[in-house]
Amino acid sequence: MPLRDVHRAYHLSRPRVGTEFAYYLEMAVRSLRRNPMLTALMILAVALGIGACMTTLTALHVLSGDPLPGKSGSIYMPRIDPTALESSNDPLPPDEVTWIDGMAMLHARRATYQALMVGGLGTIRPEDPAIDPFMAPARYTTADFFPMFDVPFRFGGDWNAVDDERRARVAVISDTLNQRLFAGANSVGRSIHVNDATFRIIGVLAPWRPVPHFYDTNTGDYTTAEDIFVPLGAARDTQLPRDGGISCWGQGSGQEEQMESAQCVWLQFWVQLDTPAAVSAYQSFLDGYVREQHASGRFERQAPASLTSVPAFLDEKKVVPDDVRLQFWLAVSFFAVCLVNTVGLMLAKFLRRAGELGVRRALGASRRDIFAQLVVEAGIIGLVGGIVGLGFAWIGLMLIRINPDHSAQLAHLDLTMLVTTFLLSVAAAMLAGLFPAWRACQVPPGLHLKSQ
Amino acid sequence: MLDIRPILSTLKRHKVTAILLVLEIALTCAIVCNAVFLVRQRLDWMAMPSGIDEANVVEVRPVNIGSTPAMHARVDEALNALRQIPGVEHAALANEIPFGGESWNDGIKLDPDVVTPAMHVTAFYGDNLIDAFGLQLLKGRNFAPDEYAWLDDITSGRKDVVIPHVVIITRFMEDRLFHGNALGKTLYYGGEPMRVVGVVGDVARPSIADRSLTYGSMILPVHMSEGLGATYVMRTAPGQSDAVLKAAAAKLRELDPNRVIQRKRHYSEVRAAFFASDRAMAGLLVGVCIALLIVTALGIVGLGSFWVAQRRRQIGVRRALGATRSDVLRYFQTENFLLATMGIVLGMVLAYGINIVLMVFYELPRLPPHYLPLGAIALWLLGQAAVYAPARRASCVPPVEATRGN
Repeated sequence: MPLRDVHRAYHLSRPRVGTEFAYYLEMAVRSLRRNPMLTALMILAVALGIGACMTTLTALHVLSGDPLPGKSGSIYMPRIDPTALESSNDPLPPDEVTWIDGMAMLHARRATYQALMVGGLGTIRPEDPAIDPFMAPARYTTADFFPMFDVPFRFGGDWNAVDDERRARVAVISDTLNQRLFAGANSVGRSIHVNDATFRIIGVLAPWRPVPHFYDTNTGDYTTAEDIFVPLGAARDTQLPRDGGISCWGQGSGQEEQMESAQCVWLQFWVQLDTPAAVSAYQSFLDGYVREQHASGRFERQAPASLTSVPAFLDEKKVVPDDVRLQFWLAVSFFAVCLVNTVGLMLAKFLRRAGELGVRRALGASRRDIFAQLVVEAGIIGLVGGIVGLGFAWIGLMLIRINPDHSAQLAHLDLTMLVTTFLLSVAAAMLAGLFPAWRACQVPPGLHLKSQ
Repeated sequence: MLDIRPILSTLKRHKVTAILLVLEIALTCAIVCNAVFLVRQRLDWMAMPSGIDEANVVEVRPVNIGSTPAMHARVDEALNALRQIPGVEHAALANEIPFGGESWNDGIKLDPDVVTPAMHVTAFYGDNLIDAFGLQLLKGRNFAPDEYAWLDDITSGRKDVVIPHVVIITRFMEDRLFHGNALGKTLYYGGEPMRVVGVVGDVARPSIADRSLTYGSMILPVHMSEGLGATYVMRTAPGQSDAVLKAAAAKLRELDPNRVIQRKRHYSEVRAAFFASDRAMAGLLVGVCIALLIVTALGIVGLGSFWVAQRRRQIGVRRALGATRSDVLRYFQTENFLLATMGIVLGMVLAYGINIVLMVFYELPRLPPHYLPLGAIALWLLGQAAVYAPARRASCVPPVEATRGN
């Protein structure tokens, strides 16, 4: 039997698919082990590229996340422009409202939910003398804040519109604050002293941190949620200090006692509008309100009102830092260099084995057989590169979290990212292997036998 | 030069691998040129002088828990106590500090009837800030004690309060708004006319949205009250800042236990916090550059080794025909030089392309031309260093190799 037929017979007698793959795998591993340095180099290059890409992609993914999954599209910020003619530098209406307008829109109750709020910084005075007084970020808001933003409770619950009107001295505290003051126990019904005032705790939140901190970017785009929430009216009564952006015009000044009537925008107002019909109804309500205020002489001009959704607001505020995007593109180009490097090395390696491949072809292995074997070899590089790359990404994210930037501390590897890493890595390395494998298959069977 | 033609014809036989190597060098060259430029930009930005006596300025920021009646007396008492601390040369309660992050901004006008402001600037408030910050008075005079007013009086809107009508501006503002001659001129701040009585050296703003206006700062004769982010600024005798910080924080709490010290820090910490993300970004860019260069170098080593192994017989033949070891060494070095040159040429074009994209999306300036020759030299050196080991191995191939198969 001629040699060629022996080989073909072997190929024909081989069982199909499953074992075939095992055979390619064995061949590939053998080939990889023949040049351990080179194999390590290729794996390292792929892993570095993957690691860099995953690190930056995770950071980008986290920072450009949806703060209210499934709901952010129906949360809107109504914007009207009460400012005087002379201060019209900004083409957009302000993203905050005056007390008068905020209260008017709140009481109109034209949306499913509506909440008027402002950030603050309270000094908590623990009853336990062992704990020193400390500052805690606060939010003074009306009741709908909790149902509108799907805020999760661990103990107790929120207050209602009646409490808002009565300016009830009640508070909802964060999980963190509850841990710090009450060691995580159910503290509903107990008191908390903030500055000179005392509030009764009616609710404790489960851990909650919307990313980005969309409802008020003045206190930081990626700041943690507040530690203590009290009714807006009660906070005003007890003169709790505000914290956040304020913009005045005309005779307006930031004098605390006159904030309710000042020509200053300093409160955030958000509404939930569930249907397009509700959105257009609210828009006409706003238009009517502006017309009315202009007619009565309170608004100097009749600037168009608008509704800005959460995603649109985050875009407008450019919350995702430019640097994070730049880092992502840097990582992508780094990955590209790593892949070109790997393609070059694989090609050199496969072509160097042209002699061996030529013999196998001459012995009856089909082009498909050779191709499949080489692609499996590339796939192994990708797989191992992916695993090592995942390790690099883990280290990279750890480095990012050390970074003093608040935003960066959010970057964690989640399951989606984990799977993406793997698929991307293997796919990229396979793609990188396709071309060299195809080139190597073009070798005519006889050529290398002749040259020997 | 002797070797170029045979090298080119050999490379033609390994066209695809050679092209890939050239491509890798080109990409590396382009990315490294731009990354180094970005790092340079960050470093320049981080080196921006604040204009104050950075080595000797410290800040202590109080927050009051309880109510604070008699604010004026309270601040005066605190300032007097702070000035008694050994090592304190000047003390002031300021509304903000350069690169401090929180900024009091407003648009100023030269003509009150024009709608758009002439410039957006920050206004520093505090007692004798020129001395507390250690600023240089270039022209004119400092404020007289009777020109000051208290901030809470001014904002109260009471009719009996005399609002200050004098201002000290930076040289930057003088040059931009008054063509280098501001003394005695008037600007409008919050609708009020303010006469320029002094010009100081440039002082950076606390937060900077527009870098072309970094030094758009002015000082008003306003006594700050505690709260609203106000911070006690002290200029110390050289080397005394540590002791002063400790003593000042203790003193402020001693005067009123309800005064919580929100933070106390050296000016170097203020600066470090302000530029933290820039420093991290610069570090990251440097890291990526190094990783890129290493990967490229390893790629050259890998391919070089392959080529040498593949051409052992040719090398043996050349050696047998009389080529010296150094001829062989030079052959591979020249080959690498040619490939690197091709990569660099392509890389320069790419570098400019990337730079244009960055200019459009990240408002970066144009890449200065001198980065290109520097990048070229770096990659030539890298190529030569990386190819040396394989080339040396090639030069050690004995002439007898010519007689062996393959």
